[in-house]
Amino acid sequence: MRSMVYRGPYKVRVEEKDIPRIEHPNDAIVRVTASAICGSDLHLYHGMMPDTRVGTTFGHEFVGVVHEVGSSVEHLSVGDRVMVPFNIYCGSCYFCERGLYSNCHNVNPNATAVGGIYGYSHTCGGYDGGQAEFVRVPFADVGPTLIPDWMDEEDAVLLTDALPTGYFGAQLGGISEGDTVVVFGAGPVGLFAAKSSWLMGAGRVIVVDHLEYRLEKARTFAHAETWNFAEYEDIVVEMKKTTDYLGADVVIDAAGAEADGSFLQNVTASQLKLQGGSPVALNWAIDSVRKAGTVSVVGAYGPIFSAVKFGDALNKGLTLRMNQCPVKRQWPRLFEHLRSGYLKPSDIITHRIPLEHAAEGYHMFSAKLDNCIKPLLIPSAY
Amino acid sequence: MSETPSTPYLAGQGQRKVSSDQLRQRIPGWGADLDPGDRPSVPKERMDLPTGAHWDFPERQEERQPRERSIEHQFLTPVFGTSVPLKGLSGSMRRYAYKYSEARAAHWLILIAADRVDAGGSHLRSFLTLHPDNPLTETGILSEFTRHGISSRFGKKRADLKGQALAPVFVAGPWILAAAAAFAAARVLARAARNRATRA
Repeated sequence: MRSMVYRGPYKVRVEEKDIPRIEHPNDAIVRVTASAICGSDLHLYHGMMPDTRVGTTFGHEFVGVVHEVGSSVEHLSVGDRVMVPFNIYCGSCYFCERGLYSNCHNVNPNATAVGGIYGYSHTCGGYDGGQAEFVRVPFADVGPTLIPDWMDEEDAVLLTDALPTGYFGAQLGGISEGDTVVVFGAGPVGLFAAKSSWLMGAGRVIVVDHLEYRLEKARTFAHAETWNFAEYEDIVVEMKKTTDYLGADVVIDAAGAEADGSFLQNVTASQLKLQGGSPVALNWAIDSVRKAGTVSVVGAYGPIFSAVKFGDALNKGLTLRMNQCPVKRQWPRLFEHLRSGYLKPSDIITHRIPLEHAAEGYHMFSAKLDNCIKPLLIPSAY
Repeated sequence: MSETPSTPYLAGQGQRKVSSDQLRQRIPGWGADLDPGDRPSVPKERMDLPTGAHWDFPERQEERQPRERSIEHQFLTPVFGTSVPLKGLSGSMRRYAYKYSEARAAHWLILIAADRVDAGGSHLRSFLTLHPDNPLTETGILSEFTRHGISSRFGKKRADLKGQALAPVFVAGPWILAAAAAFAAARVLARAARNRATRA
């Protein structure tokens, strides 16, 4: 099969790999019909995530058709059209039993602090991802769900990570009616977090980024006020001024490990990989939320220490909430919102690229060329 | 006093600029999940969610070759990825890193170092194959010409230009330094050989 393969920092290529095989009785092999490149794939692409091995296939946002099932699979059949949450999880361990699917303890031998994620380095279990023609899907009775007939396949792709993660970010904020919500990062997750904040009754939603085309999307798609931090010497002061010197009630960090805005952080984190991420957005969140407010973090950070302003969080009495999103838990409610017309996730897709052109797709997305917000990779052989 | 104090300096609630009714009319779905009970991850832990699992402990995946694992785990998890097994020098480094818990900086820093060794070694090894690494096609740099490389960047108030300018330095830098070190070592060896030949 054709598969995207990591060759080292800033290098990927498409090459021939064996079709994955059933390794466990509850595995399925899924033929991928569409996958997406996620902003957090860029942390792998840039070599920031420890134990990202040359030869790995990325891709944790994908949909496809069931090609083969293991002997103990009861809920899926060959030919089913499925959407697969980015979390790999067993459904029965201490954490899964409590609905904390992203924290599953039975799927990632390499680490205990993070569960299993498709195509997200050996730190997340060493599974190959869906930017390929076929992918192994462990616990096929637990993760995947049939794509409903009424649902567009491109909406389904975005339901495997970006939309639920954005929605989850807003949930973690504990938004109350009338709250002022600030979202750092106007990528797909930030856009969905902003949109979801309204569903939860926010009174004001502000999105902060430095890429004007993404801020335009935040205005039109997410009905948000937008601030370009590159236009201000100190965005935190501006956030304070616009909130009557109070600070926002809730701040959502939807930027994660490669936030721009500080040269020093960029060099030590993105370039030298000496931090688990550049915590610029997180520190701005801590600074610009009001005292006793809530900071919600859904941007991805690596496991290495980062220089986070914890003392300010302490002194301000903040609530810090964060996790990888337990995707499937969000689906029933999000399906309702799609049917009601409140959410149309595929509106943020800007590029559809043949899988063969994965390298160009990665570079374009990483360098923010061509007004790229969300690129899909389409296996070309089918 | 010259200025009127604003919200945080005064008792009482701050003034909202837009009412909920106005927002409900303007924003599709505004307030649909206003009740936290409608939010799927509230409360955080729930024991009543069906997962589809029909086991209490999953059957064990066969360990076809020795599989590294965190020492914070009691045993090898019943299911694991098999994408790229440990191999070569980077494999030895990674195996060593897994002797340390996730709490230790050594664990992560050795893994990051092993990643660099893996990338460098794989790059060199690729030249011994019929499919050598090609920086033009594998970095996707050609999309600079097809995807508006210049107009996407300039005149846009982007904050990431400095970081992007540095990226090639950090990518190419280690190769240039390694080549310079190899050249210097070769020169030292050649000089030593010449001196020995002269003395003889």
